[in-house]
Amino acid sequence: MIRLDKRPQPSRLWAAVTPLVAVVLTMLAGGALFAFLGKNPVEAIRTIFWDPVFGEFAWYYRGQLLVKAGPLILIAIGLSLGFRAGIWNIGAEGQYIVGAICGAGVGLAFYPAEGWYIFPLMVIAGALGGFVWAMIPAILKTRFNTNEILVSLLLVYVAEQLLASMSLGLLRNPEGAGFPGSRNLKQYEAASNPELFAGTGMHWGVVAAFLAVILAYVLLNRHMLGFQIRLTGQSPRAARFAGVRPNLLIVVCLGASGALAGLAGLFEVSGPAGQISIDFNSGYGFTAIIVAFLGRLHPVGILLAGLLLALTFIGGEAAQANMQLPASAIQAFQGMLLFFLLAVDVLANYRFRLKKREAA
Amino acid sequence: MNEVLLSVEGLTKAYPGVVANDAVSFQIAPGEVHALLGENGAGKSTLVKMIYGLVRPDAGRMTFGGAAFEPTTPHAARAAGVAMVFQHFSLFEALNVAENVALGMESPPPQRQLARRIRQVSETYGLPLDPDRLVGDLSAGERQRVEIIRCLLQDPKLLIMDEPTSVLTPQEVGILFETLRKLQAEGTAILYISHKLEEIKTLCDGATILRLGKVVGECNPREESARSMAEMMVGQELHTPSREAKEPGEVVLDLAALSVASSNPFGTSLRNVHLEVRSGEILGVGGVAGNGQDEMLAALSGETSAPPDAIKLCGQDIGHLGPNARRRLGLLAAPEERLGHAAAPDMSLTENALLTGAIREQLTGGGFLHWPKARDFAGRIIEAFDVRTPGPENAARSLSGGNLQKFVIGREILQRPACLVVNQPTWGVDASAAAAIRQALMDLAAEGAAVVVISQDLDELMEISDRFAALNEGRLSAPRPAQGLTVEEIGMMLGGAHDMEVAHVEA
Repeated sequence: MIRLDKRPQPSRLWAAVTPLVAVVLTMLAGGALFAFLGKNPVEAIRTIFWDPVFGEFAWYYRGQLLVKAGPLILIAIGLSLGFRAGIWNIGAEGQYIVGAICGAGVGLAFYPAEGWYIFPLMVIAGALGGFVWAMIPAILKTRFNTNEILVSLLLVYVAEQLLASMSLGLLRNPEGAGFPGSRNLKQYEAASNPELFAGTGMHWGVVAAFLAVILAYVLLNRHMLGFQIRLTGQSPRAARFAGVRPNLLIVVCLGASGALAGLAGLFEVSGPAGQISIDFNSGYGFTAIIVAFLGRLHPVGILLAGLLLALTFIGGEAAQANMQLPASAIQAFQGMLLFFLLAVDVLANYRFRLKKREAA
Repeated sequence: MNEVLLSVEGLTKAYPGVVANDAVSFQIAPGEVHALLGENGAGKSTLVKMIYGLVRPDAGRMTFGGAAFEPTTPHAARAAGVAMVFQHFSLFEALNVAENVALGMESPPPQRQLARRIRQVSETYGLPLDPDRLVGDLSAGERQRVEIIRCLLQDPKLLIMDEPTSVLTPQEVGILFETLRKLQAEGTAILYISHKLEEIKTLCDGATILRLGKVVGECNPREESARSMAEMMVGQELHTPSREAKEPGEVVLDLAALSVASSNPFGTSLRNVHLEVRSGEILGVGGVAGNGQDEMLAALSGETSAPPDAIKLCGQDIGHLGPNARRRLGLLAAPEERLGHAAAPDMSLTENALLTGAIREQLTGGGFLHWPKARDFAGRIIEAFDVRTPGPENAARSLSGGNLQKFVIGREILQRPACLVVNQPTWGVDASAAAAIRQALMDLAAEGAAVVVISQDLDELMEISDRFAALNEGRLSAPRPAQGLTVEEIGMMLGGAHDMEVAHVEA
């Protein structure tokens, strides 16, 4: 019988190696899946992992990589703070929407004025919008001990209704011939978030994501607040003993993740998306939960996980288009990646032993 | 005693990385009370689990009543006539005594008949127990009687008892010992596991001493001193904690009518606790587990808050302050539960040093952590308190219980507290580490700190305290000088602090 023995302490080596093992296992199992579907597995894996970065059309895909990874990383960094402390914000998608609405609203309110201060004001409004939306579950939890998972998740659907109402009503483009959706911010220079270097996909949101990675790293490794976050997640009783105020931590963690999700929404609406529309949100807030866990809730891990997941999205789309792979096969492939990452995680804390069965 | 009931020869059991039992041999005669002595981790539990069929030995053989004995399940062991009372009870609180007993039997008789037998057995052996009472309403001592009667109904030839007195008051210990003597007179052999040497001296006819999985000696406890047996257990001369007697100084900690509701629905709320602890003094707080010890520690550490003037430190109201504000003022605490309360299991010792040391040792600046200083502080604890670990980067959970306890206590002592509160400082700690911790607490008091030691180990409290008080159902008895207290007086305080308080009010 195979037995799992708990290691006396987590293995650093295995914690570092397991993501690579998981990617290799995903390629093997995914390749088998694609072969079973009658496609050339090597070509499929190459289309997903290699072509977007080094292939013939990489000049197009590379830019897409940062555009997709930026918001994922920005949101996931915020979520990881709460997740580390055992505070589960599942509603980043809603905070992302509300941040986008608030930020775009401020920008559109100034239309057609020009001024350097408009975009910074929008950034502040976007962060505030996400923050306030996240304060609803935070205050309900600290005051009435409601479950933040349910409240934050249900508020996503409220935010979606709010988004529909805004794009049909208050923020609708008056010159848009009655079509739903706001003015296009890309065509309004003072409120737009352009590509900073042509062809890279780099916009202010990506810059913010990189900054968030660095700040989160410093916070978690060098600052008392980060220490308290980690301590609360690992042993809540020890955290109380160490003087951590649980309610304050709930407000800080939910607030930070809401503000970062709001920022991601603002940068998206003023950049790649361009306008508030009914279907503006595309699930970044939910995918970021996966990114946070793929990255082991570690800032650098999240950076890499965000890039990897963006790669599988872009490569997956390419494989669908070029190889006629069914979309569900691509989704299964992405699911495998998550599955293997979580499954091999056990090796960091446990080791396998072959052992004879013993009378209970 | 030439007759042999149980004979164990060369029993060996290895686990990955450790040999729990290495060729252990001993014998028990019918009607003998035999003690199994050893420090934590010496292999006592593994040995009795093999006898009770819970663990299978790798090598060696046993005979029971002359026949080969290889129990593969507890069921087989019970069928052969071996019964065991565990340290932790397995009872359902919502069922009554008779129902609980029936659940442990192979083929229980009808309830009414069973209740009659329970009454009969409890009268025969002097174990007062009403079969119709709910287990949830029983004290720890009464719950233990349910377990014992459950065993006695099987007419065992050998009764194994694992640390039976750790939850009992002295009076209850007396009742238990009477019962065991009656059983002994009827020819039942008893295998008695304990580390309380005085009990073993009064009760046992023979003792086998284990150290690191090996038998290191056998003795007749009646002919040995507690000290000589302890030294056999530890394998070295035991250092008895000692200090110079000193006049106590100013009042450091002052509790006035402290009442705190327990945060745990099954906890015990503190009721109207009055207490003064002076500089240079150790106050021992005794009591059976679950009478408000955890709540008292939480109220003093600042994890639960109280009215400001209910707790005073050096004359200053601190009842409303949180743990860190109290640390800043010099009130430090070390909770009972090492892993998960006093220390975070998966964090390194450096991080655990930071857990309580950040403020007084100035391990942070402007909110940012000084890792080198924290590492240095952890290193100082490890060195000063002889914590056996490769280094401060190791996770807390990789340390043995005794080493982690030395680290936790050392962490607080090195911060030079004005007042230190510890709960169960030597629980589950081997004898030499326990002696080191007690000595450190006494040295701390000698340097002028006020020390409150909450413990269930009365021997420990009598050894180190200047004054002794008892917690009973959340009430604290009036402290009395520890010197000269008799076992009867302590038992009265433990069991009757509540009654004494009422009498006091009426007088």
